[in-house]
Amino acid sequence: MIKFLFKGLIRDRSRSLLPLIVVAIGVMLAVFVRGYINGIMVDMIEQTAKLTTGHVKVMTKAYADNMDQVPNDLAMMEVSNMKRDLEQTFPSMKWVTRIKFGGLIDVPDAYGETRSQGPSMGIGLDLLSEDSDEAERLNLNNSLVRGSLPTIPGEVLLSENFSQKLKVNPGEEVTLIGSTMNGGMTIYNFRVAGTVHFGNTGMDRGTVIADIKDIQLALDMDDAAGEILGFFGTGYYDDEKSEPVISEFKNKYSGDEGEFAPVMLRLRDQEGLSLYVDLTKTMGAIITIIFMVAMSLVLWNAGLLGGLRRYGEIGIRLAIGEEKGHVYRSMISESVMVGIAGTIVGTAIGLGLSWLMQTYGLDISEFTKNATTGIMMPNIVYSRITPPDFYIGLIPGVLSTVVGTMLAGVGIYKRQTAQLFKELEA
Amino acid sequence: MIPIILGVFLITNLSAQTADEILDRVDRNMSSENRIFESAMIIHGKRTSRTITSVSYSVGDKKSFTEYLSPAREQGTKMLKLENQLWIYSPSTDRTIQISGHMLRQSVMGSDLSYEDMMEDRKLTDVYNASVVDAEEIEGRANWVLELKAKVEDVAYARRKMWIDKERYVPMKEELYAKSGQLLKRSTMSDVMRIEGRWFPTTIVYKDMLKEGDGTEFKITSIKFNQDIPEYIFTKAALKQ
Repeated sequence: MIKFLFKGLIRDRSRSLLPLIVVAIGVMLAVFVRGYINGIMVDMIEQTAKLTTGHVKVMTKAYADNMDQVPNDLAMMEVSNMKRDLEQTFPSMKWVTRIKFGGLIDVPDAYGETRSQGPSMGIGLDLLSEDSDEAERLNLNNSLVRGSLPTIPGEVLLSENFSQKLKVNPGEEVTLIGSTMNGGMTIYNFRVAGTVHFGNTGMDRGTVIADIKDIQLALDMDDAAGEILGFFGTGYYDDEKSEPVISEFKNKYSGDEGEFAPVMLRLRDQEGLSLYVDLTKTMGAIITIIFMVAMSLVLWNAGLLGGLRRYGEIGIRLAIGEEKGHVYRSMISESVMVGIAGTIVGTAIGLGLSWLMQTYGLDISEFTKNATTGIMMPNIVYSRITPPDFYIGLIPGVLSTVVGTMLAGVGIYKRQTAQLFKELEA
Repeated sequence: MIPIILGVFLITNLSAQTADEILDRVDRNMSSENRIFESAMIIHGKRTSRTITSVSYSVGDKKSFTEYLSPAREQGTKMLKLENQLWIYSPSTDRTIQISGHMLRQSVMGSDLSYEDMMEDRKLTDVYNASVVDAEEIEGRANWVLELKAKVEDVAYARRKMWIDKERYVPMKEELYAKSGQLLKRSTMSDVMRIEGRWFPTTIVYKDMLKEGDGTEFKITSIKFNQDIPEYIFTKAALKQ
């Protein structure tokens, strides 16, 4: 029976070609759009992870409770021991130490008096160690507008907009006026090594990036840091992977109950990212449903057109005694075959396009350079092919073809057998 | 009815006069033409305690100069106050920064004292209207409880409550309130000594009520009044010397 129907489809191309093209285009779009949106969302999550949250973050309990205020007085002490411990316990993960801080950047004139001044938010990270990949992680090389990255202690990066506002150029000296870990005032000189553009309004307004050792010195945070960020070896955040890491960490430090006890938070537990992470997970289902509904409508229409074209054929089949149910079922079987064939073609093309986007990406810097968003937007967006992309097209591809045929085929049951010969004679 | 009103008026007037008199006596003890003192500030943080020593020179309520002597991180840091302006000099950066605006509310060296607190040297009678509201004993000594309300605008604390030793006319305890009525700081004074004819508390424990930690102990290790202080000390040039 299947062989018979298959031959029918091959020989009568008008019966199979249009639905197949529709299914293939729909599946291709579903697979490509899913990979593209997945890529953008994952990129945004990863940008935030690289800059702020890590895939997991270790802090003191008190610091975590007041994280928004960047309370360095509640930072972790003996942080190098803690980092070493984390590296030994979770060797497949990459651990980095960070200090966030706030303060004023003061630019002196020739007499050492204030020439210009502005509030800033800063990040202290490992820029000078040979094995550090922090500059690469934050894409600082590509974000550089003027000057160079810090190469020696005492150098600092300013956001380009901030440097223009302060009228300070690479090579000039600036003074950080901030608070030490003990709450006292600190005054510390830096030389501007370069300026960077982040593509994020908040960060471009007044960001300072310096080597963590300089910041430890400036803020009187000897072997102390606010945060240790952990990144999975795959480079992508994964809820399932973070669970065992969190529970092992809790087990290891369960004895410490004080307010300065270390705690670990997943990415989804920070910065209100849980909704975003969940959305990324359900994005596949949302896209599948959208394409399935749209394609069902198109294929319903195609089925109706096919039904009209095959009006005579179906009439003869009914007239010679074939049951209405049998005709209906054979048409559904045909649609399953068309659906599978269209899905295979569509998935192949969709994956091909996604692979190109995943490999070469799409430069959207022209659109984001004046962006006023609060979230971190990457300059080049990439697709991300995941295992579900290989079979996700099957659902809208086959289901919409079947639903379309089922809706269009209802007409078979409405035909009056008694009038068939009159219709055929006509 | 009239005698009652008259009685209330007389009592109120009498207590107001008494409060002003008390405050004047406190000013005579606490203020001076000029003074030089060395102090140790012990800051009890949440995790550790630190001691910062300094020497201060002041003339009236308009000029003061402080040089920090230890620890090494703070050594050589100098502060100069002239009228209502404050500069801080950091030797490690060789920068002189004027502290103004919201920065005045920042903590001095992580203590419970703000730069604004350091700036305030005016006589209490010049800044506040006082009234006696109660009497209390502190460690066996009789005290008046005075409520002070600011009569000028440019004042850090709109309201103060002071416990004044009835015999020695020195504050023993103080509560500093914001305009909203929120308690901002509490201080307790002890080790009251007779120095050059005046009573003076040589240990003050400040507690910033909005800050964690166990407060800041401010101990005056030596104090001299009415000294010859060279005028050049109160110049910005002296900061870099």
